[in-house]
Amino acid sequence: MTSLAPAPSTTDAVRVTGIGKRFPGVIANHDISFTIPAGTIHAIVGENGAGKSTLMKILYGVQKPDEGSIEVQGEKVSFSTPSDAIARGIGMVFQHFQLADNLTVLENVVLGAEKLHGIGGDARAKIEEISSQYGFGLDPDELVETLGVGERQRVEILKVLYRGARIVILDEPTAVLVPQEVDALFDNLRELKAEGHTLIFISHKLDEVLKIADDITVIRRGTTVDTVKPADVTSRKLAELMVGSELPSPSTEESTVTDRVELEVRGLEVVDAAGRPVLSDIDLTIHRGEVLGIAGVEGNGQTELVEAIVGMLHPSAGTMRLGDQDISSWHTRKRRENGIGFIPEDRHRHGLLLEAPLWENRILGHQTRPPSVKGGWLNRRGAREDTERIISQYDVRTPGPDTTAGALSGGNQQKFIVGREMSSEPVLLIASHPTRGVDVGAQAQIWDHIREARRNGLAVLLISADLDELIGLSDTIEVILRGRLVGTFDPQTVTPQDLGSAMTGAGEEK
Amino acid sequence: MNPAKRIGLAVAAPVLAFAIAGIFASALLAVTGNDVAGFWDTMLTWPENRQLVNILNQTGILYLSGLAAAIGFRMNLFNIGVEGQYRIGTFVAAVVAGEAWLPGKANTLLAIVLAMVAGALWAGIAGLLRVTRGVSEVISTIMLNSIAGLLVGYLVAKVGVTTGVSTGTKTIPEESWVGGIQIFGDTPTELYGLVLLAIVAGVAFHVMLNNTTFGFNLRATGRSESAAVAAGVDVKRMVVTSMLLSGAVAGLIGMPVLFGQAHNYGTSFQLGIGFAGIAVALLGRNHPVGIALGALVFSFLAEQGNVLNILVGVSPDIVAVTQGIILLAVVIAYEFVRRYRLRLEQSSVAEQVAGPATEEAKA
Ligand SMILES: Nc1ncnc2c1ncn2[C@@H]1O[C@H](COP(=O)(O)OP(=O)(O)OP(=O)(O)O)[C@@H](O)[C@H]1O
Ligand SMILES: [Mg+2]
Repeated sequence: MTSLAPAPSTTDAVRVTGIGKRFPGVIANHDISFTIPAGTIHAIVGENGAGKSTLMKILYGVQKPDEGSIEVQGEKVSFSTPSDAIARGIGMVFQHFQLADNLTVLENVVLGAEKLHGIGGDARAKIEEISSQYGFGLDPDELVETLGVGERQRVEILKVLYRGARIVILDEPTAVLVPQEVDALFDNLRELKAEGHTLIFISHKLDEVLKIADDITVIRRGTTVDTVKPADVTSRKLAELMVGSELPSPSTEESTVTDRVELEVRGLEVVDAAGRPVLSDIDLTIHRGEVLGIAGVEGNGQTELVEAIVGMLHPSAGTMRLGDQDISSWHTRKRRENGIGFIPEDRHRHGLLLEAPLWENRILGHQTRPPSVKGGWLNRRGAREDTERIISQYDVRTPGPDTTAGALSGGNQQKFIVGREMSSEPVLLIASHPTRGVDVGAQAQIWDHIREARRNGLAVLLISADLDELIGLSDTIEVILRGRLVGTFDPQTVTPQDLGSAMTGAGEEK
Repeated sequence: MNPAKRIGLAVAAPVLAFAIAGIFASALLAVTGNDVAGFWDTMLTWPENRQLVNILNQTGILYLSGLAAAIGFRMNLFNIGVEGQYRIGTFVAAVVAGEAWLPGKANTLLAIVLAMVAGALWAGIAGLLRVTRGVSEVISTIMLNSIAGLLVGYLVAKVGVTTGVSTGTKTIPEESWVGGIQIFGDTPTELYGLVLLAIVAGVAFHVMLNNTTFGFNLRATGRSESAAVAAGVDVKRMVVTSMLLSGAVAGLIGMPVLFGQAHNYGTSFQLGIGFAGIAVALLGRNHPVGIALGALVFSFLAEQGNVLNILVGVSPDIVAVTQGIILLAVVIAYEFVRRYRLRLEQSSVAEQVAGPATEEAKA
């Protein structure tokens, strides 16, 4: 713990002392203290709900601390809004990108910062300069909607640098990236560091943290427990620091695939508003007890595939069967009533009523089935009790079923949704990134829950950017590229590298 | 937080709002050179029994109107058309009851049901336009309001009967009237029998909202349409259904007066109640009990304001202004109390927990 209180020095980019922040029923941060030397990469790790995002929001002026002090470059600061933080050279990239799809890279970057370099030639020159300096490879005139996830993230980082940030905060930047993109991001971060920038980033992927960080601060239950050097720890040791217990080891399992088909998709085609196909010729079969993994870089049709199966989107061609019923013309409600569970990719838009208490969120998507209803009436008591069950079974860290969903940390919201969708014995689970934003311990728990349900015959369509998760859980892996399934892999033999190149179409197109 | 404190906080917001509104109204009166003391004296005098009954009657009517608006608001549907639906419904009931195809109270029942149907269909037009053509319900209901006004005016002139100087629908036969309820012996003013519809509608609204799947879907759609869609809610159908429901309740607004006092649709038709209902729903935060309190406050102010001009020479328009100020003040006060409550909760959490750092040290 020697690093917690070093002598004051102007080479420290950030120094926080005794930061505390309370929310109703929760102490999010308590006596947080650590120091970040200038020109280093600093990782923040901790369990879901440990208080990482809250701390970063405080550093970026989104929230005000209840107590404690922040020093930036040796000067005491107090931020009321993000613009105060930006003025001090602090920038933040949120986990959910905040880009306008129908604008170009240039327009997105200058939006709201027109005073800096105007909106014309100067701005363009500045963007090109930053882009080439750090190897971003971005074209200012390209439309954001045509960019992949990794490129979008670089636009977000560029936005922050353009506003003069010397200290850049990244909240779970790698959650949405495939391995190749993670490597590219890390190269960018190293470039930035070489130029003297200070980087702070949050991640649940401990191997990555060890690879890139100069220092790692561990937060447990809202307070800093230690700041360590990567050379001194292993990811196992790090996880133990985070949780205070041992890291569960991944278990390999006997196949439970049966020969009874649960979901059969034939010739599925979806077109976008302009009539261009975003999914073509999709044929899928998932048996009872089988997990079918879909690997792909985000934006290659996964979202549409999921929405078509759940019934939120109308395909232009193709049929779908669930068990022995043709569900092609069924409404979402009927599909869900017949046992399709759904873990959406965007939990805020599609998974939760953020302003409603958890017990009402338990009812969402299950409005017509027990325990939400009883004898035709809504069963508040049943919903509450079942919410309690989910909270304890899935280790959702929250004061109770009356807490609003929006007050939960990202990972805890995810755990709650998984718990809800695994309720009422689904026959088919559509799981988009089921463990996105979830800490290692909880991830292993969720995997166990899925494996157990699979043993009892659950069919799962798994979409994930986490290749270890895909390989560890799936019985079969299909790769999706530009709306088509382009290859089938056996998870027993495939490596993340193989998958990665199939997903980006490398070796096949070029 | 203990229950007493919680109730105290719940009452704090409206009290604060009235205080703010009172200060602003006084300031306004003083600036315009009016008799501020006289104003308060009149407004705060305990009403006579006759006035009390009037206030209750008007509260029931405004409550129905507030409910009609609240059904839409709960799912972010801005039904501005309560006024038009109320007109159409009342007119249809008056015509049907006046024709007296059925005897006695069966006639009354039929007319009330048809008033609801008419109001529902009128509102349903806006719902259909929204789901099939994407027309904002705000625009379409405003237009439907003026169409309703013109249409009913035209029909009254066409099918109505003229007695003396006024034209109206046929008078309803006496056997189909709904008698009043005498509350005070010293005044002939009675509570309209059908004002009790407000209680029935209020309870139904509460049960629908909190205990049915439909109500859950309604609230879910209001909170997040995208999440509702993913949860299998048919949002288009919800839009149409809730417009129909909203219109059906709007159709009830005119019933107490029609069967209790006016006995036909004519020049005595009370305008503007549909719009007042929107304000009442906002004041009551779309909550069944809140709307009742909002309706009571508005009725009280209106009744007390009636005599302002005679007694202290203040124009009763000041009452409308005060009602507006109350609405604004309520918004401010609720936000204020919400923040205060958050602070209270946070500090009480801090007191309860000795500090996780010490606990961690042991682990
Ligand atoms: N706006 C809020 N209102 C109430 N409670 C909140 C709010 N924001 C965060 N919290 C609570 O503060 C705690 C810390 O949340 P925070 O989002 O910082 O966690 P985190 O470490 O980022 O977790 P995750 O890894 O799951 O994203 C959680 O218990 C959360 O429920
Ligand atoms: Mg977080």
